[in-house]
Formats: sequence, structure tokens, C-alpha cells
Amino acid sequence: MAGDEIRYLPLENLHNQAGARFGAFAGWNMPLTYPAGVMKEHLHTREHAGLFDISHMKLFEISGKDTSALLNKACPLDAGSLAISQSKYTLLLNEAAGIIDDLIVTRLGDDRFMVVANAGNASEDEAHLRNMAKGFAVEIDPLDRVFLALQGPDAWAALSRAGIETGSLLFMHGIEPRENWFMTRSGYTGEDGFEVGLPEKDARELVGKLLEDDRVMWVGLAARDSLRLEAGLCLHGNDITPDTNPVDAGLMWAIPKEIRASGKFVGADALRAILANGPLRKRVGLKAEGRQPVRAGAALVDAGGNAAGQVTSGGFGPSTGFPVAMGYVTAPLAANGTQVFADVRGAKVPLTVHSLPFVPHRYRKG
Amino acid sequence: MATTYFTEDHEWLHVEGDMATVGITDYAQEQLGDIVFVEIPQVGKGLTKGDTAVVVESVKAASDVYAPADGEVTEANETLSSDPALVNSAATGDGWLWKMKLSDKSQLDGLMNEAAYKAHIG
Repeated sequence: MAGDEIRYLPLENLHNQAGARFGAFAGWNMPLTYPAGVMKEHLHTREHAGLFDISHMKLFEISGKDTSALLNKACPLDAGSLAISQSKYTLLLNEAAGIIDDLIVTRLGDDRFMVVANAGNASEDEAHLRNMAKGFAVEIDPLDRVFLALQGPDAWAALSRAGIETGSLLFMHGIEPRENWFMTRSGYTGEDGFEVGLPEKDARELVGKLLEDDRVMWVGLAARDSLRLEAGLCLHGNDITPDTNPVDAGLMWAIPKEIRASGKFVGADALRAILANGPLRKRVGLKAEGRQPVRAGAALVDAGGNAAGQVTSGGFGPSTGFPVAMGYVTAPLAANGTQVFADVRGAKVPLTVHSLPFVPHRYRKG
Repeated sequence: MATTYFTEDHEWLHVEGDMATVGITDYAQEQLGDIVFVEIPQVGKGLTKGDTAVVVESVKAASDVYAPADGEVTEANETLSSDPALVNSAATGDGWLWKMKLSDKSQLDGLMNEAAYKAHIG
């Protein structure tokens, strides 16, 4: 992230009015919790609908006749094979197949795509894409939008009541329902839901309507983190970084088989070599046996006390009712049910390798 | 006669004779948010002022609670093992953390009374 300047959300005054407690994240002053608290906010999202201000994330519109070619070079992707309105989770890789960022790419037109990037990586992503775009006929436009997520089983009904018809939009599809709006059926909680990028004035009106609905409440970044962790979703900077590759991270499902074999994307050769040799370590879910949470950074050892890996995300799972974590373990220890131990302040806390997600996804796929 | 003291680190001590009950303030529990685990101290453990006596874990983070004075742990609040959220709902009552025998009561002189603590948190 460039500079130390803290950035403020366009809707900050609404969060203040709602009694939010703020904290710094990826250079932004973000609402962490509201007076309900992380536990209630988390559970409300799983039961009804949570409203998140994710305007720290960046929307890039990329257009021009070489857009597919640029995306196919930057990401292990066949952008041209996406149907219009189809979204795809993909990765921005470096030459070593390390993950610069994870992205959602949505095809909006023949030569027009929307890219959603993580807040902390947005400026680096933009520089990387612009550098790569030399010689390509493309235009990269960072958009100035408020970005809201409405997540949970009542998200569809609440949007509909607020006058936003989502029509037949299914999971991992995106449309432009109004001028300067971008809406996808997706999210990062494991629940059905929507993400809407829109101008500030429209956002204020939409938030007002949504909050009139008892099923909707503001949910902060703290619960966003516990929701995504229970859903087994990676946080870039923690669970995936430029030093981790998609094989170790268990993200090969995001890379179509034919692309792995023949892809010309940056990092393709390194990725093929990693695949050929097999991963040395794997990302796994970790379930604590007691109530003590295990946090990111904790070292892992096996039953014999040998170094086994590291926890990359961890906390308490309000929906699971037990502490949940993710981390990397050496490949032989990655089978579900394997016991490992985390070093927490000198004590060895037992953990069991657990399948991901901890809470089943409830996406609206059709 | 019992006296209640407060520290700058948002702990309270309820002192009777040379025995103190220690907990975190309502302000502190509100800052921490939903508490999901409390690492309580061993009975008999010797504490030096400023040592980490207890670790309180909220959904998001772990926070140290420091020993406000020298002494020895005489009792730990075992109820918190099964109901850590008591620290949220009754921070200054049933959510107490530990009891200790003070070895140097003069250390209490620098602590705040309730009025001073209220001014401290503004």
C-alpha cells in the first residue's frame, strides 16, 4: 500500500450515526463493529441479511478490443469463454505463480469486463495491469463507487422490497441494472447475497430503504472476517500472498484444466512445475478441540513436535460454536482428522485438520 | 471496609484487607466485544505488577490483562471456562477474573478511584 494516508468511506457519516466502532484496515478507516457486536452481526447475516460497506474494495472497468487478451495474460483465465454477465473468481499471478491478488472478473460486453480487487492490493494491481497492458488496445478505468454487500438468506427479498429487482440473476453473475450501477449475485460470507457498486447519492437512498427493513442490519468488518473464515474463503495477505501459489492454496478449482496445460498467462510455467512436483504444503481448515481460539501467525507442530506449518487466519466461529482457523501444513499432514498442535503463548493447543468450509455454502446457483 | 480501585489499563480491584478481586471494567469489555475465551491463572501463581495475569480472547483478538499489583493468585473464576461471556454481561460482578493476596498494598496508592477513572475514560 502506498503512503500512510488513511482513507475514509464516502458513507462514513452513516456508520457514525449507526454507532460503529472503527479501525484501520488496508489503509482505510473501516467500521469493525456496530453496537449489536460481532457475534449478533455474524449470526444475523446467516439468519437474515447483513449490510456491509465494502467501498474499500476497488472496481476496475476494462474495455477495448484486447481486453480478453490482457486478462488471459494477467490471470489463468479464458476470459473469452465467459458468457456475458458471467463472473469468475480468478487470480493475479506473478512469474513464480505467487498470488498478487484474488479477483472477481465479470463479463459485461464483448470487449468489456469488470474486475473487483482487494483494497490493500488495488493500487498494485492497477500498476501491474497497466504495465502489462502496454501494446494492448485496452482502457483501464478505476471507478469511483460506493460498494455495498447484502448477504444472507433474506438478501434477495430485502433488495426486492427496496425496489431493486434482481430478476433471474444467479450466483456468480453480474449486471448493470442502472446507469453507473454494477450488481453481482456473490459475496464473501458463504451465504446467498449481492454486491452492488453504485454512485454515492444512489447508495444513500438504497441504504435508507434497506435499513427500514427489520431483516437488514449493518454488519462490520469483524463479522465479515468470521463469516468468510467459517466459509473457508481466503483473505489475501493472510491465507494467500505473493509467496503462496494456487496449488498449495487449494485454489486450482479456479483454474480450468485446459488453461493449466496450455495457458500463456504469467506464471504458467512455474505453476506447471509446481503441479508436476506436487505441493509441499497445503491449505487446510483447523478446528480447535477446546474453546481457546488460535490466531494467525501461530506456529504448528505435529504430534512428535516437528515443525508442521503455520496458522494464517483464526478466530472464534459464531455459527460453528467452536474456534476455527485456516493454515498451511506439510502435505503428509493435510488429511482430515489429522491432529496438529498450535503454539499459543507457549502452550500446545490441539487442532484437528477439518474440511472446508466449516459452514456449508448456501449460494443461489439455480 | 472494602475499597474499589481502577487502573489505567481498565481493570478494577475490589480490596478488602490484603485480599483483592480483579476484573476488567465495563468500558474495557465493551471495547473488546464478544468474549469467547478467558485463560484464567493457576491458583498459587505469583504475580508481579505489570505481568500478564489473564488473556481475554474476543472473536477477533487476544488481549492481555496485567497484574495491577504484586501478590499470589488465591482463586480463579472457573465459571468463565464454560461461560466466558459473563465478562461482557457482568464485568464488574460475576465476570470477575481472579482473586489475589496482595504483598505490597502501597502499590495501590497510585491507582484511581471511580470518579478519577470515569474522568480517565472521558
